[in-house]
Amino acid sequence: MKKKLIVIGNGMAPGRVLTSLLEKQPDTYDITIFNAEPRTNYDRIMLSPVLSGEKSFDDIIIHDDGWYDTHGIKLYKGARVKEIDRGNKTVTTESGVVAAYDHLLIATGSNPVIIPVPGHQNRGVLTYRDLDDVNAMLAAAKSKKNAVVIGGGLLGLEAAAGLHAQGMNVTVLHLMPTLMERQLDPAAGYLLEKSIADRGIDIITRANTHEILGDGEVRAVMLDDGTKLPADIVVMAVGIRPSADLAKSCGLKVNRGIIVNDQMLTSDPSISAVGECVEHRGQCYGLVAPLYEMARVIAARLADEVAADYTGSVTSTKLKVTGINLFSAGDFGEAPDRDEIVYRDAMRGIYKRLVLKEDRIIGTVLYGDTHDGAWFFQLQKDHTDISDMRETLIFGPSYAGGEPLNPTAAVAALPLDAEICGCNGISKGTILDGIKNNDLTSVEDVRACTKASASCGSCTGLVEQLLTLTLGDEFQPDAVQPMCACTNLGHDDVRRLILAKELKSIPQLMQDLEWKTSCGCAKCRPALNYYLLADWPGDYQNDNQSRFINERVHANIQKDGTYSVVPRMYGGMTTPDELRAIANVADKFKIPSVKVTGGQRIDLLGVQKEDLPAVWADLNAAGLVSGHAYAKGLRTVKTCVGTDWCRFGTQDSTGLGIRLEKMLWGAWTPHKVKLAVSGCPRNCAEATCKDIGIICVDRGYEIHFAGAAGMHLKETEVLSTVDTEDDALIYCGAIVQLYREQGRYLERIYKWAERVGVESIRDQIVNDPERRDKAFRRFLYSQQFAQVDPWAERVAGKDWREFAPMANFSMLEAAE
Amino acid sequence: MSTSVERWIVVGHLNDITRRGSRCIKGPKFSIAVFRTADDQIYAIEDRCPHKNGPLSQGIVHDGCVTCPLHNWIINLQSGEVVGEDEGKVRTVPVRLENGMIMLDIGMPLTRVA
Repeated sequence: MKKKLIVIGNGMAPGRVLTSLLEKQPDTYDITIFNAEPRTNYDRIMLSPVLSGEKSFDDIIIHDDGWYDTHGIKLYKGARVKEIDRGNKTVTTESGVVAAYDHLLIATGSNPVIIPVPGHQNRGVLTYRDLDDVNAMLAAAKSKKNAVVIGGGLLGLEAAAGLHAQGMNVTVLHLMPTLMERQLDPAAGYLLEKSIADRGIDIITRANTHEILGDGEVRAVMLDDGTKLPADIVVMAVGIRPSADLAKSCGLKVNRGIIVNDQMLTSDPSISAVGECVEHRGQCYGLVAPLYEMARVIAARLADEVAADYTGSVTSTKLKVTGINLFSAGDFGEAPDRDEIVYRDAMRGIYKRLVLKEDRIIGTVLYGDTHDGAWFFQLQKDHTDISDMRETLIFGPSYAGGEPLNPTAAVAALPLDAEICGCNGISKGTILDGIKNNDLTSVEDVRACTKASASCGSCTGLVEQLLTLTLGDEFQPDAVQPMCACTNLGHDDVRRLILAKELKSIPQLMQDLEWKTSCGCAKCRPALNYYLLADWPGDYQNDNQSRFINERVHANIQKDGTYSVVPRMYGGMTTPDELRAIANVADKFKIPSVKVTGGQRIDLLGVQKEDLPAVWADLNAAGLVSGHAYAKGLRTVKTCVGTDWCRFGTQDSTGLGIRLEKMLWGAWTPHKVKLAVSGCPRNCAEATCKDIGIICVDRGYEIHFAGAAGMHLKETEVLSTVDTEDDALIYCGAIVQLYREQGRYLERIYKWAERVGVESIRDQIVNDPERRDKAFRRFLYSQQFAQVDPWAERVAGKDWREFAPMANFSMLEAAE
Repeated sequence: MSTSVERWIVVGHLNDITRRGSRCIKGPKFSIAVFRTADDQIYAIEDRCPHKNGPLSQGIVHDGCVTCPLHNWIINLQSGEVVGEDEGKVRTVPVRLENGMIMLDIGMPLTRVA
């Protein structure tokens, strides 16, 4: 007599078990399938092409009704099993059908996770799991306009692309900063976001759904920040959960999924489980390849063959969206014992990253060109030692002495109208024409002929690359000092390319400029963060994790790990109330040292990090704000008492100092900026060794700059003398702005002036009123985003995790 | 009655730490820095640079390393070893991630106070 095999579920995993079993033993089993879905077995991973209209349901059927007939399989469609009686070895469906088994195969799959936000019961809130969901989406697409997809993972993006192909306006909401963060590193996630956005699908990352609004029918989705997105349908694609309730109710061992051993047996040896409902060695799988590997093991065992054990799967992912090529496999996290090989081709939008450990591939991320994915994946699964082919590994198996990376690629990719020289407004096309038409062979020639790089010189590197592009090896540029080991580009090249290519985030910049590491280093990240902040005011979002600790926590770290706190005192002026508040804070928080600084303010030293927000709250309450004593930015404006009190004073130096500090505070600059205003040439405020200094004289204001009194001692240069306080403000604002735009990160004003020439700066500010005024206006524009007291923000709760330990512990009391 | 002491202590959730960031675990006579890299790897090391005791938890995190905020020594988060020219080693603490919860084996019986 035939043995009775009952299968619960008719998805891809049991389908594969049966196909394989019937090939081996067509007649051993009497097979019955109970399927909760009212149809036969189909290729669930091809639902996306059905949704997008590229395939029909018939195209994706694996087994049609005839197949079941041919093999004598009894298929109950739309029959949900409600009970398994393990003692009597029977199953019972909801409609009362009872069937007995010798062996039972549970393949109940998984359920989509529904986030229980208010309003999730509205009609039109869908999941993306089976054909019914696809049909509901297709029906909606016919008559309705707006779709919101919650979840920017594999399924969510496929759903979004499908709905978009059906003509809907689609917005994808994703909780994390980058898409598909479990399968892709941030660099590839950024590229993916770009290509999806390019198709016209809106993507909002860091989007937390607050509520689904509707009146029975869904109408809109509201985010935590109050944004309301109109929605006729909402697709939740935030993940799946193994469907293990049935197994649990009959007493099988269940954790997240149904627990199986290496033979795919559950805790009852008469019952196997396969597919997304199982948990094997702590892993649950949601991809098709592991399911097939499990199926092979079960089929062999049921056929009484000596079955290989299932030992877990290494999974790989491909996104099924037409026109987007993406592959990821294995573990691509960073760790010190790991090595990486990164290849970027910004022109063609290609990113490849292999993660190596002990000369073996353990992770692969490919974007744009995935041809070699299978080859890398095989090397990874086989644990192949790649040390012999390491040099050329990233180019794939067909590598045959390919071309080395081209350092001029980024410049070559720029359009002809891209501006190369910002000072003189010279485009790439003009420079190339100049080189060709006049047989120019050096940077000096280009400067003389086109004026490009003739002013501040920060575009010299790019001009050199244009010469290389045109002349080839005939041109030998001077070596440029790269920013750090992560790139071949120098600071100036990076800054010009940020503008020319409109780079607005660190991952975008690292991709487009072909960074050699995936996440940069402690040298380049703070510099890039500054450049992006300075170049895209109001547009670029500060990356706190790319800041040195002092700027991240708005206080100065001390040698013992405590911090110092310096409130701002505009122009060095203070009041009894402010001083009382400072004294009270020092007492209340037992701050060990209180010191007067060289910048005419008060330093509270030895504050515990956890106390910082509370200290600031008390200081804020007295009207004191951050003095930015920790910043690569405006520090202080030191003043003397001037005409208010001094018998020699010629102008109101204190008043001008206060005006300057009120204008300049909060500005981020390449390095710190300190000012001083002296009321007469006796120079009590020591203005002639500052970054910018003003000496008041009878006839006006002498503006100095480029002084230093640190490791180097350098007297200031005189820029010009102006007649009014207002002019002094404009000149100072313009200097700071040009320094912000031309200075290299960590280069003080005197170093910048030394590099580009004092004359060049004088030309831009004194001799060219229009340029001066424009620079000043750019400065003021940028200040409207910069002048927010960072202390008050943190008192209000911003970045609170930064200031609190994650946990505190004490010794456990002796146990009884 | 006897209480068995659990070796692994839950100290928080993955999302309690910003990517490329760090938080501290403080206890009697120790401070441990727990790091989360850009790719969600978690590491725990003693919060003390072997150079001049700088608090490593306050450094910039990059490629599985942290740069000390005091004098820019670079520490390998997994091995605790100093990278590059300088020499030294920081004590590492075994760490486990289960369903997003971060667990440490600090090696002494402890009780959470906050």
